Amino acid sequence: MHALQLPPPQHFDEMLLASGAIRPQYQGFADWLQAQTPQLLSAKRAEADLLFHRVGITFAVYGDEAGAERLIPFDTVPRIVPADEWSTLQAGLRQRVNALNRFLHDIYHEHAIVKAGLIPAEQVFANAQYQPAMQGLDLPHGIYAHITGVDLIRHADGHYYVLEDNLRVPSGVSYMLENRKMMMRLFPELFDRYAIAPVAHYPTLLLNTLRQAATTEDPTVVVLTPGPANSAYFEHAFLAQQMGVELVEGQDLFVKGGYLYMRTTVGPKRVDVIYRRIDDAFLDPLAFRADSMLGVPGLLSVYKRGALVLANAIGTGVADDKSIYPYVPDMVRFYLGEEPILRNVPTWQCRKPDDCAHVLANLKDLVVKEVHGAGGYGMLVGPAASGREIAEFAERVKADPSNYIAQPTLALSSCPTFVESGIAPRHIDLRPFVLSGREVNMVAGGLTRVALKAGSLVVNSSQGGGTKDTWILEN
Amino acid sequence: MLSRTASQLYWMSRYMERAENLVRMLDVTQSLSLMPQSRGAATELAAPLAVTGALQAYQAKHKQFDSRRLFEFMALDLDNPASVRSCLRSSRENAHAVRGQITAEMWEAVNATWLEAKSLPARLRDNPSAFFDWVKERSHLMRGATVGTLQRSDAYCFIRLGTFIERADNTARLLDVKSQLIEPAEDSLQPVAARQDSSAEFYAWSALLRSLSAFEAYHAVYRDSLDARRVAELLILRDDVPRSLRSCAAQVADVLPQIECQVGSLDAGRAPKLLAGQMALQLRHADIDAILETGLHAWITRFLEESAELSGAISRAYFEAH
Repeated sequence: MHALQLPPPQHFDEMLLASGAIRPQYQGFADWLQAQTPQLLSAKRAEADLLFHRVGITFAVYGDEAGAERLIPFDTVPRIVPADEWSTLQAGLRQRVNALNRFLHDIYHEHAIVKAGLIPAEQVFANAQYQPAMQGLDLPHGIYAHITGVDLIRHADGHYYVLEDNLRVPSGVSYMLENRKMMMRLFPELFDRYAIAPVAHYPTLLLNTLRQAATTEDPTVVVLTPGPANSAYFEHAFLAQQMGVELVEGQDLFVKGGYLYMRTTVGPKRVDVIYRRIDDAFLDPLAFRADSMLGVPGLLSVYKRGALVLANAIGTGVADDKSIYPYVPDMVRFYLGEEPILRNVPTWQCRKPDDCAHVLANLKDLVVKEVHGAGGYGMLVGPAASGREIAEFAERVKADPSNYIAQPTLALSSCPTFVESGIAPRHIDLRPFVLSGREVNMVAGGLTRVALKAGSLVVNSSQGGGTKDTWILEN
Repeated sequence: MLSRTASQLYWMSRYMERAENLVRMLDVTQSLSLMPQSRGAATELAAPLAVTGALQAYQAKHKQFDSRRLFEFMALDLDNPASVRSCLRSSRENAHAVRGQITAEMWEAVNATWLEAKSLPARLRDNPSAFFDWVKERSHLMRGATVGTLQRSDAYCFIRLGTFIERADNTARLLDVKSQLIEPAEDSLQPVAARQDSSAEFYAWSALLRSLSAFEAYHAVYRDSLDARRVAELLILRDDVPRSLRSCAAQVADVLPQIECQVGSLDAGRAPKLLAGQMALQLRHADIDAILETGLHAWITRFLEESAELSGAISRAYFEAH
């Protein structure tokens, strides 16, 4: 028998109501769980660990000796999403990603949203992620972000909120696919009880998206990786294999006569579409970072003359910057004439005097972030800070208001998770992967990340986060 | 296929084959050094160092010469690039770089091998025989996974090329070293039983055959006592012994034409195909007495040179950037 701990107060738990009653979508799982012995379940978890390790579903640890790799912990309690919730999410994701692509096209062409006064010019054009080289360049179908990962959380009010958009090289989709394979292998009987939307066709959808992105007939698609030392190398190799395309490194490519080629055993072969898993700055040492050994000299020149498609395009980072995030709902209204379906986390921009006054008056309840900061650096978490820290941070905000944004402290929803002491609630988020070709497509699913430390809200794998299989139920 | 991918598939398979051959060699030298009639344990033990060219590196690290130290150095030492574990690591690194081109079963086989070699449990570390058997088993598993699961494409061809080029090289070297160690004089080419030092030689030749898993084949073919001439004939010229030079050369000559190589109107694989064809043909029509007349060592030396030339031609044709 398994005792289910009640979720912490003021949180939404995916499985349990505050009373301890089980939400309908989890009833079948709960019944099944009660019939399993703890010994069987821990044996299954050990089997999963062994399989993941053997198959090499690992991520490389930077700076460690060659071959040092860690597993991302896998939790066997699935996250279950009812069909109606997903259909709302799906419509919202489609809408949001459409708007983001329209925005990217606009800021690299007419700048209509800036001219309309909705977004200050300096927020866009002075942004370090804005790539002047992209101005005026026409991309096939106007698509910039072919692959988007949208990070969602569910707040205490039961609603989903977008925490951030990932429009550069979002990763994690291989875990979505492998987690499902693992669950089917470990617990096939659960798949009899539930009608779960399949995810295994994601590589096919991705390949179609990439092929549609090309302007040529029967294009040659490749995946560009920084190499085996990269932390996401498993995913690069996995996706290339699943799509049946070559996995290339910069050294395998060269530019000649205005085209990009790869070196093969039968001579040079033209490349039309690159699903690139390296950042803008490393793509072409002639155009960006000259010290990059990962890219291809001259690649940008081929790209600019339209003889090559990059997925994602260069310069998408400007649209997933924290300083642009607050404007995404406005983008939806401006470009699509629709009300946004997905909620943004309310964000106060300290560069606006009214917002700034509100932030300074409520620092103890807010999370304050530097606009361009990342990785938790230069951040104030009000509820966890001392009076002195708050006072010091207030001075920094006053000195340079435009450098800060603030958001309410979010209560990520929790989901029962296997921990050492048994099964306990742990906080989770959700990253669905959205594909933009001629139309916007996605598989019903995503990567659920879980913070394995009690009370922690940090789901990143680098900081002890794990993953769960995500079940979207079919009606 | 990418040139780099082809090269990494080839080396993945060469390193795995090398690891297997190396333990075969270590196995036979360790058992020979235990023989009371052994001509000197040090000479026997030094053979793998001589074959792999690691003698100097060994001397730089170890003052003394004994079977445990040799095992440490040639089997376990990750600082020695020629050691068995280093080969397993290199094989896995190459596989890692091409894991999209091999099947999940192959990747699991080579990856699990390295993970276990890396952690080196006591049952392998403390027991050379168990370690040798384990490496052979892992190599068989990898080959089985390859033959049983991989599509017959260029990837399969490059993997097979690596296996047979490496295997021929190892069989030749092993035969060379052993024959030099065993043959006391020119007149040794008569049946072992007819000479006085027969028992030592019997064990030496049988250990060599066993290390190449050819002991049973010898008896099936000759139904007679062991002698050097027949051992040489078996390991060089028999087409039905899978580790013989003729067998390996025939495989290489068979695989090369299956690789796609048409660059425009040119056959980019012409040079290696020509060399491999010549080598296979020579071995097919060679005569053991003529080889022994040349002198086994001289003949093997020339074979190794030709093999290196072929290996270089393969590399230029398929792996080096066009």
